[in-house]
Amino acid sequence: MAKYVELTKNNFDATVANGVTMVDFWAPWCGPCRMIAPVVEELAEDFDGRATIAKVNTDEEQELAVKYGIRSIPAILFFKDGQVVDQMVGAASKDAFASKINAIL
Amino acid sequence: MLDCAIIGGGPAGLTAGLYTTRGGLKNVVMFEMGMPGGQITQSSEIENYPGFYQHGKTGMDFMETWQEQCFAFGLKHEMKKVERVSKEKEHFVVTLEDGNSIEAKTVIVGTGSTPKRTGIKGEDEFWGRGVSTCATCDGFFYKDKEVAVLGGGDTALEEAHYLSNICSKVYLIHRRDSFRASPTTVDRIKNIDNIEIITNTIIEEIEGDMMGVTGVRLKNIKTDEKSNLKVPGLFIFVGHNVNNSVLKDEGGNFICDMSDWGQVVVDLSMRTSIKGLYATGDMRIEAPKQVVSAAGDGAVAALQVISYLQEES
Repeated sequence: MAKYVELTKNNFDATVANGVTMVDFWAPWCGPCRMIAPVVEELAEDFDGRATIAKVNTDEEQELAVKYGIRSIPAILFFKDGQVVDQMVGAASKDAFASKINAIL
Repeated sequence: MLDCAIIGGGPAGLTAGLYTTRGGLKNVVMFEMGMPGGQITQSSEIENYPGFYQHGKTGMDFMETWQEQCFAFGLKHEMKKVERVSKEKEHFVVTLEDGNSIEAKTVIVGTGSTPKRTGIKGEDEFWGRGVSTCATCDGFFYKDKEVAVLGGGDTALEEAHYLSNICSKVYLIHRRDSFRASPTTVDRIKNIDNIEIITNTIIEEIEGDMMGVTGVRLKNIKTDEKSNLKVPGLFIFVGHNVNNSVLKDEGGNFICDMSDWGQVVVDLSMRTSIKGLYATGDMRIEAPKQVVSAAGDGAVAALQVISYLQEES
């Protein structure tokens, strides 16, 4: 079973460098983040081999949160070959995330 | 065909799931696009749910045990967004976002409400970039910084209190000179040193740059005096809009009777104007918007569903 990638400042750049990556900036105390957690897990399976699904715990990775200007979570950033090409703020449905990924694949 | 489709996974939907399945219904599905819990999971503390009196427990802690209990009797969960509900002859069709549909004998809707936007200039532009409606989610990003809170109800004051523990200073901006919030909450706020209450004042514009919000332009509506407040964050708590779109048909018309404010008209048994369709929680008329009453609605509707199915068979 494919799983999402847990990102830190050490593996972030290398992970998003190639192909399509969805990064979910979240934190344990955030209700809407917890709400979409099972959705992100399913996306990791659905897009296995086609796109990378990743998460950043902003509580532990504050530098990354600052670097990407995160002020509201969940914040979902879509990367293509290392560049942010789209983003969403707040909880949404699995289909909504999937269509964003499909649009840049 | 489902015995009952429950739309929404907040306190109303979860309780309806518990009561229908524990009441013997075998085929009950709750549609909630992610992990259930609802808006209360954004609350920093629960003080008014009888039977749960633990300081420092958040809305999320509170809802965790709910899920365990509500799924214990066979309730199923579909992580799908519901597009609409329609009635065809004697049963209902629940159409999902992906285009698929499921038939159900009865439907309990509890899709709750969403924090209202104010329409203030700059609000949409800086949404998620300094403008927030969730203090427990985003307060952390303003640690030791000054923030503004807009609103005068219980939520605004409680969240201002929460933010005062994280931020260096909280400006509470309210357009009237008195608060709608409960007297206990108002007294508590007035005694907090780093909360400055600014009454009779509205926000005319939210200002910012590439990185997000940098400040708000204020206007005192009694004196017309204008001022600027330099803050990187604005938390807005000015009420809620009812999430009623699942009750609209393809032409945009509601399938059941609604109030002028978009709430579903129900009787004391949570029955709508359509047989077999029930509405619960924040979305119904006269909703007190409390977890305890939403849970009560869910139980009432579930018991109605059980007796309705017995009568029909």
